Amino acid sequence: MRHLLGIEGWRRDELEAVLDRARAHLPGGPDTTHLLRGKVVANLFFEDSTRTRTSFHMAARGLGAGVLDWSPSGSSTSKGETLLDTARNIEATGPVAIVMRHRSSGAPHLVAKHVRCVVINAGDGTHEHPSQALLDAFTLRQRWGSLDGRTVLIVGDILHSRVARSNLWCLKALGARVIVCGPPTLVPPGLEALGAEVTHNLDAVLPQADAVMCLRLQLERMSEAFLPSTREYSRLFGLTTAREERMKAGSLVMHPGPINRGLELAPAVADGARSVILEQVSNGVAVRRAILEVCTS
Amino acid sequence: MSATVLFRRGRVIDPRNGVDGVRDVLVRDGKVAEVSDAPLPVPPGAEVVEAAGRWVLPGFIDLHVHLREPGEEGKETVLTGCRAAVAGGFTAVVAMPNTKVVNDSGLVTELVLSRARAANLCHVYPAGAITKGLKGEELAETGELISAGCVAITDDGRPVMNAALMRRALQYATMFGVPVMVHEEDLTLSAGGAMHEGSVSTRLGLRGIPASAEVAMVARDLVLLEETKGRLHIAHVSCEGSVRLIREAKRRGLFVTAEATPHHVILDDRAVGDYDTHAKMAPPLRADRDVEALREALVDGTIDAIATDHAPHGVLDKQVEFEKGINGIVGLETALGLTLELVHAGLLDAKRAVELLTHGPAKAFGLPGGHLAPGAPADITVVDPLEEWTVDAHRFYSRSRNTPFHGRKQKGRVVQTWVSGRKVYADGQVKESR
Repeated sequence: MRHLLGIEGWRRDELEAVLDRARAHLPGGPDTTHLLRGKVVANLFFEDSTRTRTSFHMAARGLGAGVLDWSPSGSSTSKGETLLDTARNIEATGPVAIVMRHRSSGAPHLVAKHVRCVVINAGDGTHEHPSQALLDAFTLRQRWGSLDGRTVLIVGDILHSRVARSNLWCLKALGARVIVCGPPTLVPPGLEALGAEVTHNLDAVLPQADAVMCLRLQLERMSEAFLPSTREYSRLFGLTTAREERMKAGSLVMHPGPINRGLELAPAVADGARSVILEQVSNGVAVRRAILEVCTS
Repeated sequence: MSATVLFRRGRVIDPRNGVDGVRDVLVRDGKVAEVSDAPLPVPPGAEVVEAAGRWVLPGFIDLHVHLREPGEEGKETVLTGCRAAVAGGFTAVVAMPNTKVVNDSGLVTELVLSRARAANLCHVYPAGAITKGLKGEELAETGELISAGCVAITDDGRPVMNAALMRRALQYATMFGVPVMVHEEDLTLSAGGAMHEGSVSTRLGLRGIPASAEVAMVARDLVLLEETKGRLHIAHVSCEGSVRLIREAKRRGLFVTAEATPHHVILDDRAVGDYDTHAKMAPPLRADRDVEALREALVDGTIDAIATDHAPHGVLDKQVEFEKGINGIVGLETALGLTLELVHAGLLDAKRAVELLTHGPAKAFGLPGGHLAPGAPADITVVDPLEEWTVDAHRFYSRSRNTPFHGRKQKGRVVQTWVSGRKVYADGQVKESR
């Protein structure tokens, strides 16, 4: 049994084992409904989520597990219960794994130190979103076979993105070159030390990318004046149809969702031939089945 | 209690008086009576402390301690804080005013002093607030605070964000000759931050506090200091930029002093590890180049004192999400061992280390003690510089256990603490006489 708290620290062979296993969980694959039969997976989502929560739910059910779907509204957290008390109480009901999303970076690490079951990070603050990174990598491997020698460009609000960090570690571990691009106010310091190349000039690097991963601009943070306006952001960092024309032939467009259409991604690009956005969502279930299987085995 | 005590053949390190060598120290009626190269005869009825192989030092003085009383006695009280102090070799502590109730009036000062008298362990010097309720809006009654017994004014825990008010505080305090002690943090730059801004905060996805949040305020206050001809003491300096500005200000003759904590000179931001709230403080643990700068500043005199910023908190304040964790660690009982790490590593000589714990703080705040000349208070700390031990937070005298140093191996330990000629700590036990 092993927690999945982040991609950082996982070796290439370990990541590849999860990704290889995910293939068996694609639609049409062998019956895996016995793998967690009689077990319960607890979904602890302290933050709103549609895609990830549903995907983990479907994954757990697909392995034969029962699912405890927990949310803070109407729970004891609204009465002031601490995170650890909530987690320990859920653990006491006997789940084989806790799948957890929380607005504080590191919250799953805290829980993992105090419970005996597996903890799977479904997104913590602005830290990591490991299952998203794995499904992104899986989608790229489906298209390319291998990530070795490929260049992935991550564009947008890097500072607040848990997807960016997990993808950086995952893609680098799998052999890709990673460039991150965004306005200086939304690019945190020290990314080079983590293995990324950093630029603030999208047009300069766009033609180098085999895949462009657009990140959601967190509009709720606009009040903190990270940017002059969404209009200017779109002009400088939006993947418009004009920019798409300058992309490398056969290159891909990705987005972890939800998309601000017309802001970070033009609708025609989001729905266009390069887009693998819905494939990412579909692959999410298979990858999360593999995560549950590998972590609880 | 012995009226006469003879410390025999210890290595006496008394930086103020230029002493570093084997001496006998005779204490009579609570004061140092004689320090002698040659062995002294044992006076009739004297208690003899055989100190060969040990260091006999002026009692340590901590300019920055949170005793939590009144208001948060579950974390610490004046009594438990004093126990922790003497167990750590401190014979005097300056108590911060951010208690609940805030020490912004003579009444609260008197309460703290009366608790200290009742504890009867070490000297407790209260610091009063700069502003009423630490709100940064109106000056507290500095005159009343000083006459009640405060030795400095500070809003520690919070900066004085209003520059005009800070200017007036410096001006007004010149009447009383006390330092204005400042917690330097521009709240607009640090807002929402949980640790130092750098590659570690980026890796952990935690919002960072840039070094500029401190340096910008140090720069502002040094400008105000020059204009007001006041007296400024900068608390818990944490970064290279601050050190540079303080060094330059001292060179130009401004009346500025500064302190650094043992944790800021021992640990860097990597100590946060996997969200260890015991490594969460304000100012945050900085980058390794900042640690290097602080160490250089300890050596060259830019930093005047090592102060612990002893900040007791309960388990529930720390066993939470990192962003929710309360800042601060306890420090009184680990200060010597951590300081000696620098000495054993050859980064600081023993005499300078002792100066930073004794004469340096005494001079910065104009406090008695900090040296062992005849006539000085017999506040004495005896140290075994070679004893190896492991920090065990469960055995602290402090009521709180919040330290990142639990389990850390140390070389050098306080074996006895004497205050005004009375043995208050020996053989691992605090000696109370109430």
